Amino acid sequence: MSDVELPTISPRRMALKRFVSHKAAVASCVVLGLFILVVVLSPITARYGVNQSVRKPPNSFLPPQKIAWLGTDDIGRDIYSRLIYGIRVSLIIGLASAIISVAVGCVVGAVAGFRGGLFDDVVMRITDLFLAFPFLVALLVVRNMLGALSWLSPIIGNSGSIRFIIFLLAIFGWMGVARIVRGQVLSLKEREFIEASRAVGASRRYIILRHLLPNSIGPIMVALTFSVVGAIIGEATLSFFGYGPQAGAGTTSLGLLVGAAKGAVQTGFWWMAVFPCAALVIISLCINFIGDALRDATDPRLEMGQ
Amino acid sequence: MLRYVVRRIAWAIPTLLLVTFLVYVALRLGTNPVNSYLRSNPRASAEKIAQYKELNGLGSNYVTGYWGWLKHFVTLDWPRSIKGSREVLPALKDALANSLRLGAAATVVGVVIGLGIGVFAALRPGGRRDVTVNTAAFIGISIPPYISAILLQLLFAVYWSRWFGHTLFPTSGVYPPGHSGFNAVLMAKHMALPMIVVAIQIIAVYSRYMRSSLLDVMNSDYMRTARSKGISESQILIRHGMRNALIPVVTIAALDVGSIVGGLIITENIFDYPGMGLYFLRAFNDGDFPLMMPWMVLIVASILLFNLIADVTYAWLDPRIRLE
Repeated sequence: MSDVELPTISPRRMALKRFVSHKAAVASCVVLGLFILVVVLSPITARYGVNQSVRKPPNSFLPPQKIAWLGTDDIGRDIYSRLIYGIRVSLIIGLASAIISVAVGCVVGAVAGFRGGLFDDVVMRITDLFLAFPFLVALLVVRNMLGALSWLSPIIGNSGSIRFIIFLLAIFGWMGVARIVRGQVLSLKEREFIEASRAVGASRRYIILRHLLPNSIGPIMVALTFSVVGAIIGEATLSFFGYGPQAGAGTTSLGLLVGAAKGAVQTGFWWMAVFPCAALVIISLCINFIGDALRDATDPRLEMGQ
Repeated sequence: MLRYVVRRIAWAIPTLLLVTFLVYVALRLGTNPVNSYLRSNPRASAEKIAQYKELNGLGSNYVTGYWGWLKHFVTLDWPRSIKGSREVLPALKDALANSLRLGAAATVVGVVIGLGIGVFAALRPGGRRDVTVNTAAFIGISIPPYISAILLQLLFAVYWSRWFGHTLFPTSGVYPPGHSGFNAVLMAKHMALPMIVVAIQIIAVYSRYMRSSLLDVMNSDYMRTARSKGISESQILIRHGMRNALIPVVTIAALDVGSIVGGLIITENIFDYPGMGLYFLRAFNDGDFPLMMPWMVLIVASILLFNLIADVTYAWLDPRIRLE
């Protein structure tokens, strides 16, 4: 028995420890958690319905006051309540499309990186093409194209629905993830433990699922986080230009709320611009901070305490 | 080097053709050019419709249609826009000139300030100013351009004139309505706010790139060699540090055209600035195929061109890279 007890820390423990030392990320978790809590408890926290006006007219463009904490919009709806509904829709879009993006991106990236060859070339060229092209232009053109293909609409919904936006953002989202996973797989597949696994006769699928993907979990988590932000911002951008989910169906989203502010700023209704903008910035900042901390925490090349 | 450039250009032509073909198919599927023509010109005669289809290559299947469009495109026999029957080339030229002015001003301001801030932060890594700069840049990246645009608009369109009694920066257009002729001061004032919006994005991105790139260089072996030879700190920073740190930054700058165009679309739309972005968004809203196709060709061609420029400057700045 040696006299010196070396403290042993599992990699997961170490990552957690590193994550917790990133103060901004911990604060972000708290803020984001509060947002999610308020949104989940929307039957209690929201004061009015999504399309309900705060009182009988005149009720439009009321500045913040007791009956409408954050003011009202052009037809007298409570901005505070609408923000809660909007954040709910935006978070759902962000999470759903990020999960699809990451699932597709992992499979494509892992296969492309592991097999190489023609499949790899084609996938990476397509990715290059889309990443070089102005994102908004590609998004708008593909949106219209998908909307025009009528045989697709039973699967992805019509072009004003939330489901459609989720799929649309996922179509662009998987590429970044595929690149990251591919890079990870390329560096892992030359390592000894993969060679050993191959030597004992493991199938390709087994190696990808049991060795390559679990060992890439850090970068995948980071990609997931940034995908959520990307999708939330993407939805907001589309909605801002009137190409997002349509407002008619009793829904709203952060993008629609920010877009509504576009016409209101010239007349000085600051509350219509400031609160939705602040909500969008706070959410995207929080998730970005968490992603940043995750990246630092799961990167084994970084020394502890750096 | 010359042979390399010639070969790259030779490769760029088929790439351009392939990408514009894909764009052609996507636009035909997505914006339905014939329908949007009929929507804008409900009383068009059968001949007019046939002529429109012929000039735009919309009559037949995709391959022969594209070929028909291409023939008219390269002979500069461009069809007129479907809304208002405008000539496309002058409209595109105007939009390009306005956007280049805005984009160039924002890029110069953004890159100079961004690189400066990056160097400033990298000189004392981990210090208070480094942390401050890093956090600020992080926040800058997290703010989408339309948010900063809306907030700036609110501040200058409403509150500045309310507080100070005069308009400092107008929030739309290139000139006030009804103005004619050239006036550099008015133009600069109108450009100030959109330029700030685009520049914020550039500053946030480049200060981070420059910081990490310079930190990499500063920790390298040849910097230690230079120090041990007794060269002064400022000489080391400028001659050895900055020069080498700029290599990756320049490449990223040249590859960034796509995202700058994306930023311009958003910014121009909010400030009603008649550049490439507003041109595209209006054409897209109208489904105006004759306006959109030349725009797309121009964008794809400039992306390819800047890719080439990135590779050539990379080789020129870094003598270890040989272009065969």
